[in-house]
Amino acid sequence: MTAVIEARGLRKEFTVRVKAGRLRREKRVVAAVDGVDLRVERGEMLGYIGPNGAGKSTTLKMLTGILTPSAGEARVCGLVPVPQRTRLARRIGVVFGQRSQLWWDLPLRDSFDLLRHIYRAPAADHATRLRRCRGLLDLDAFMDTPVRQLSLGQRMRGELTAALLHGPEVLFLDEPTIGLDVVSKQAVRSFLADLGAGGDVTLVLTTHDLADIERLCRRLVVIDHGRVVHDGSIEALHARYGSRRRVVVDLDEPVAEPPEGAAVEADGRRLVFTVEGPAAPVIARLAGLPTLRDLTIEEPDIEEVVTRLYLASGPQPHGEPGISPGAP
Amino acid sequence: MDSVNATGARWVHQNVVVSFRTFTAITGSGFRRYATYRQATLAGAFTNTVFGFLRCYVLLAVADATAQGLAGGYDRAQLATFVWVGQGLLAVVLLWGWTELADRIRTGDVAADLLRPVNPVLSYLATDLGRAGHAVLTRLIPPVVTGLIFFDMYLPQRWVTGPLFVASLVLAVLACFGCRYLVNAAAYWLHDVRGPMIAWTLGSGVLAGLYFPLRFLPDWAAVALWVATPFPSLLQTPLDVVVERDPPATQAGLVALQAVWVVLLLAACGRVQRRAERKLVIQGG
Repeated sequence: MTAVIEARGLRKEFTVRVKAGRLRREKRVVAAVDGVDLRVERGEMLGYIGPNGAGKSTTLKMLTGILTPSAGEARVCGLVPVPQRTRLARRIGVVFGQRSQLWWDLPLRDSFDLLRHIYRAPAADHATRLRRCRGLLDLDAFMDTPVRQLSLGQRMRGELTAALLHGPEVLFLDEPTIGLDVVSKQAVRSFLADLGAGGDVTLVLTTHDLADIERLCRRLVVIDHGRVVHDGSIEALHARYGSRRRVVVDLDEPVAEPPEGAAVEADGRRLVFTVEGPAAPVIARLAGLPTLRDLTIEEPDIEEVVTRLYLASGPQPHGEPGISPGAP
Repeated sequence: MDSVNATGARWVHQNVVVSFRTFTAITGSGFRRYATYRQATLAGAFTNTVFGFLRCYVLLAVADATAQGLAGGYDRAQLATFVWVGQGLLAVVLLWGWTELADRIRTGDVAADLLRPVNPVLSYLATDLGRAGHAVLTRLIPPVVTGLIFFDMYLPQRWVTGPLFVASLVLAVLACFGCRYLVNAAAYWLHDVRGPMIAWTLGSGVLAGLYFPLRFLPDWAAVALWVATPFPSLLQTPLDVVVERDPPATQAGLVALQAVWVVLLLAACGRVQRRAERKLVIQGG
């Protein structure tokens, strides 16, 4: 396997001024990213998550070369991002959910054509990629509409296309589904899943929508207070926090004596079992209950695990970098 | 060795050709972007024309009040040309109203510019040339035609004035772009550029020769402005060239001075952009 992204001890500090008296202001250094190590192999789909102000976007900005790290080193596609930003830009694609890389006044068709010149993409390759995106993302209905008149979902489909037309090796996605309705979210996720399945493009996805992660990423990196607090699969995260499946049983009549290991809810009409491993033994035990009406198995909830992870990291020791002036 | 040199030369040639194509593609997009705002273009041309009447009558009154009918060395016809061509050039060089870069820095959208494999200064410059091309067609011609209909305008007598005016116009656009870019780029450090923008708006109108021809000033002040500041190169020089205020050698000298300012300003833009990128904080998540 070849690492397409490598970061060692990546750190970004911001200086913020804090009121320290009537007229006095103190300078304070805040580390938005505090020693991140990361290695991403070619073709991986990586979820990079964390609470607001954790340092996700700052990491992405350093990896794409638009923010100079305070310390540490990074290589993306074998290039050092900041000094080789222009060369790197030809080999990566970036989608920001909250800002646009398209030209507000131009129709998508013109924007895509302009990007072909800017990235110096061969016309035939550009046309092939555009045809594929138009098919998968249903762009044809609004190719001639100025970007300013597109809905958020339409614009995001345009943004994804714009980021892919030059055939990037790595695609960085910063909250690509933010603000989208469920249909648009599904369209974006399906498209990214198809893209990732090809194995040609490495995807790095930051999001607050954990459904994106569950649908797309096998590997999850969680960052908090600028540090990596988890790096592994979603299953490993569940295992670490002891996430268990729940078997929920609804009864016609309340039980007089609940079975062993059951929590009783709804005036005794609902029994909840927390199980580790296969649920079959519990189900077999319950099948004989005469008043059994319904039985459901609930998979462990990733949001719950991640919430516990964020809370476990504790409050910020030196303020909230995300809301400080000049901070990311 | 010869084949290595030939390969190298071919590579440089191809690179130059491709870079030129990229630049012209961005210029074309700049033209198209501004072409979408038809009502704004119409309103702008109308406003400039109305103000053209006011300015023209004021300057003609000044000339009439002098013994020889000359004001600052311009006769009545030259003053009319100065005003009406100036009203058009105002939009072509875009003296005021460009805050795109500052806005993008403030909102963090500048990140998208930096993620493209083109130099941001060249990219904005190419777009601005496209905008200026659109303005030549839509904002320069209407006031000039209005002036020709309602006033006795001076028409250039020397053949050399034509190419010199075109060169001076292009240089004025480049110089004004450089000034605007620098004022906008202050947002990299200040985040809010309303202060520098107000100073620029007030200063440029007076010092570029929009409110009154700079030749109305004492010679020492006019020369100082020309040599020590880029402002006269933005508007006054192309207007002096087109009204043939000076002999051909002086005309050419003023255009050469414009070229010097263009080199200095664009070099400053490149330098400021590089420094800004080193300390850049991209706003927003």
